[in-house]
Amino acid sequence: MTQFTLKQKLSDLKTKKISAVELLNESIEQIEKTEPKIKALITTNFQKALNEAKDADEKIQKGVNLPLLGIPVIIKDNFCVKDLKTTAASKVLENFVPPYDSTVAAKLKKSGAIIIAKANMDAWAHGSSTETSDFGPTKNPWNLNYLPGGSSGGTAASISASQALVGIGSETAGSIRQPASWCGVVGLKPTYGRVSRFGVVAMASSLDSPGPITRCVEDAAIVLQEMAGWDEKDATTSQKGVPNYTKNLENKINNLTIGISDDYFNVVDSEVADKLSQAITVFQKLGAKIKKVSLFPPKYAVAVYTIIQRAEVSSNLARYDGIRYGNSRDYFRDEAERRIMLGTFTLSSGYYDQYYNKALKVRTEIINDFNNAFSKVDLILGPTCPTTAMPLGATKNQAMFGELADLLMEPSSIAGLCGISLPCGFSNNGLPIGLQLIGPQFGEEILLNAAYKFEQETNFHNQMPIL
Amino acid sequence: MKINISHIAKLANLKISNDKKNQLEQQLEETIDYINQLQEVDTTGILETNQVTGLLNVTRDDKSSKSFTQKEAFLNSKNEYKGYFKVDAILEK
Repeated sequence: MTQFTLKQKLSDLKTKKISAVELLNESIEQIEKTEPKIKALITTNFQKALNEAKDADEKIQKGVNLPLLGIPVIIKDNFCVKDLKTTAASKVLENFVPPYDSTVAAKLKKSGAIIIAKANMDAWAHGSSTETSDFGPTKNPWNLNYLPGGSSGGTAASISASQALVGIGSETAGSIRQPASWCGVVGLKPTYGRVSRFGVVAMASSLDSPGPITRCVEDAAIVLQEMAGWDEKDATTSQKGVPNYTKNLENKINNLTIGISDDYFNVVDSEVADKLSQAITVFQKLGAKIKKVSLFPPKYAVAVYTIIQRAEVSSNLARYDGIRYGNSRDYFRDEAERRIMLGTFTLSSGYYDQYYNKALKVRTEIINDFNNAFSKVDLILGPTCPTTAMPLGATKNQAMFGELADLLMEPSSIAGLCGISLPCGFSNNGLPIGLQLIGPQFGEEILLNAAYKFEQETNFHNQMPIL
Repeated sequence: MKINISHIAKLANLKISNDKKNQLEQQLEETIDYINQLQEVDTTGILETNQVTGLLNVTRDDKSSKSFTQKEAFLNSKNEYKGYFKVDAILEK
């Protein structure tokens, strides 16, 4: 499969250069070819997808115009899809078949998209490797001995391996951007509240943000357009209008000021730092002004995140008692147990003030710190991760693995900001390196604009793994 | 600081086997050492942030709407008994 974009496929479908059935078959063929190697998927939905593709072709014949009509989509297995097994990669939910659609799934279907498979992930989205999946790890398409990252690692690996052009992930703090970075694709974490969480197996409810994983920035913008918006079923979604995310992609960025913080560069591998320096030069060439900003040390954000996330996990996973659905609590594995236990501890009598309340106060300080930074700059640029992908097995007995891999994303997640990771080079051993741009709340338009301009100026997103 | 694994496991409704307790204790303490760094941050006079949306008192209209049928509600349960969910007794005889 050669490099295609969603935009191009949409146009090919419209002009009948390709049918939805043919497009689906391309995806199925690629899945059958690559899946034995990368194991990115938990459940496939080919038969139903084929019927939907035929239906899409009929609609296209009739001149029906829907934004994603006939487009195959791979969706992370923590999004409920009606009548399609949804496990969150945990044996607790190994046989769970939701009787309803998550809002994201419903919106994608309404836009004409076809859900063809559910992607692997860290169980309950607890992790940054996809190695904690109860159904086995996913492999990185760039090197099968390496991890894809996580928790949306199945989605990122799948898109990287061209199984489909559109992937859906969810991020609590790093779970879209980090696997996108390690797999060499684009991952967009929208502002908290921009995309509905309804029907997503909850991890940390004050942080969870569904978002797209795609091969290029414009595709991410097209998909976000269909995912975003107020939802009466999620009281934390915003009533702010959804702007046209593709409209301003081509805008010049010579009036932008992009902030960089030494704190985000001091902790990364030299190879990653080198590629980031080159990326800064590209942004300067595009006319953006680069300005140093000082940000709250990320290590404190990691501590805040660890406390808040574990606390919310312990509360959210309390509902799994095996009575109304799913298996009993005996089916939780080590990582979920560790998180539930730590969260229960920090919320327990005598420790609540010391840990949970303290974390909420420092959360305020981190938000103030970003507000201050965004009064001086439009966006913040940094490495997505301190390193390139780690080898399989790297997470074994590392209770803080994920937190340290996600060190540079946790501050922005805690503040509810939007961020995007996109490819900015490769390491000497051929693994992708990602840069991230962080924007203020509801700053997706400017974020996508800057990311798009960088992408147009470089060629990293056109490189594909050989499988 | 020693974390009381048995007490926390009881609160969390988890059965932790004895041979796992030591390892879990060690891992949790490693995490607690990390989060203890927060004590270095001065938060005097700072208010807590519980959520970041800026939204307040979000309510929906007080109108009934469609929900699951009984069949749908039991679709995934192994504990149906004559149209009810069967649960463990909480009151002793």
